[in-house]
Amino acid sequence: MISWFLHLPFLVVGILVAIGLYTVLFKNNLIKIIMGIAIIQNGVNLFLISLAYRKDGVAPIWTSAPDEFMVMPTPHALTLTSIVIGLATTALLLSFVMMIKRHYGTIDADKVRRCRE
Amino acid sequence: MRKSVAALAFLIVFAFLLLGMSQLRPFGEPENTEMDDYFLYDQEEGSQAHNQVNNIVTAILFDYRGLDTLGEATVLFSAVSGVVTVLRKVKKSGKEVQG
Amino acid sequence: MNWKMSRVVRTIADIMVVPIIIFGIYLIIHGHLSPGGGFQGGAVIASSTALLIIAYGSFGKHKDSLSSLESTGLTLFILIAFLGLGYTVFYNFLASGGAVFGGTVPYGINPGRLDSGGTVPLMNIMVGLEVTAALSLILWMMAKGSDSMDVEEASV
Repeated sequence: MISWFLHLPFLVVGILVAIGLYTVLFKNNLIKIIMGIAIIQNGVNLFLISLAYRKDGVAPIWTSAPDEFMVMPTPHALTLTSIVIGLATTALLLSFVMMIKRHYGTIDADKVRRCRE
Repeated sequence: MRKSVAALAFLIVFAFLLLGMSQLRPFGEPENTEMDDYFLYDQEEGSQAHNQVNNIVTAILFDYRGLDTLGEATVLFSAVSGVVTVLRKVKKSGKEVQG
Repeated sequence: MNWKMSRVVRTIADIMVVPIIIFGIYLIIHGHLSPGGGFQGGAVIASSTALLIIAYGSFGKHKDSLSSLESTGLTLFILIAFLGLGYTVFYNFLASGGAVFGGTVPYGINPGRLDSGGTVPLMNIMVGLEVTAALSLILWMMAKGSDSMDVEEASV
């Protein structure tokens, strides 16, 4: 097995996704579930950025660049897309939670389910 | 019962995450970088020659992968439409209130 | 909702809104030269909206103006994309043409030139408009929508 220290960013990605998954699975508060989804999103973004890194590369911007060897730009562009889409979905989820609070009077997932039955 | 099923699923997914992490290439040494080198360094068709743009990420975002950005802007527009629709004010009689 | 914070907070918000908006416009306009761009600059400008909502409360009616600004940004973005249809969609027909943003940059490390990039800076400005309006509208609708909420103890 390869030394885990070389994989430190990927290990951080795994821990972030695990924390988000734990929050989604084991919490009942809807706001906390949305926080878990946001943590998973950030973990995936960090994974894309880590894949783009080349050793001793600088940011892919030619304006007064310190070096000519640069990291790969395409995952950065796609991560930018992913960040904005994550923001949009988070806003939509939060407004759904506001709607649930207005209708049922609670944001506990179990209590909302009991109200529906 | 539900908690234990959730714990089992969580453990399985976490094990898959660790397994996949150990199978990746080492950090900082990617392979197959021809496309990114084309964007960065090509002197006839690259970002600086073709678009006259210094910021390669912006060049990719708005020129090479512009359709992707168009879809992203559309998703943002739809999300805002959804937020406005969900949070609009409704009176008891069901009639919509202006503003 | 009509809350209003103290005079100190309101004065500081009034002062801070101007540099925040100027910094956001700088990020949008220099998007093809430095880190930043339409999305980031739009988010920075929308943060000034958040500051104003915190200080003054969500007063007034801005839904129609903000949504028309957002639609304008998206429509102009698609229009610029389709103007290059002589070759392909999203063709950069303005680059090195000598017209608006038509300057050229040399290959390699250079100090940068604002008058370059073709359609990329124009698209940055349009996307900046759209993101500014979209995030401001989300923040404003949420502040307005929290009107009829009563505070309850959050359950774990």
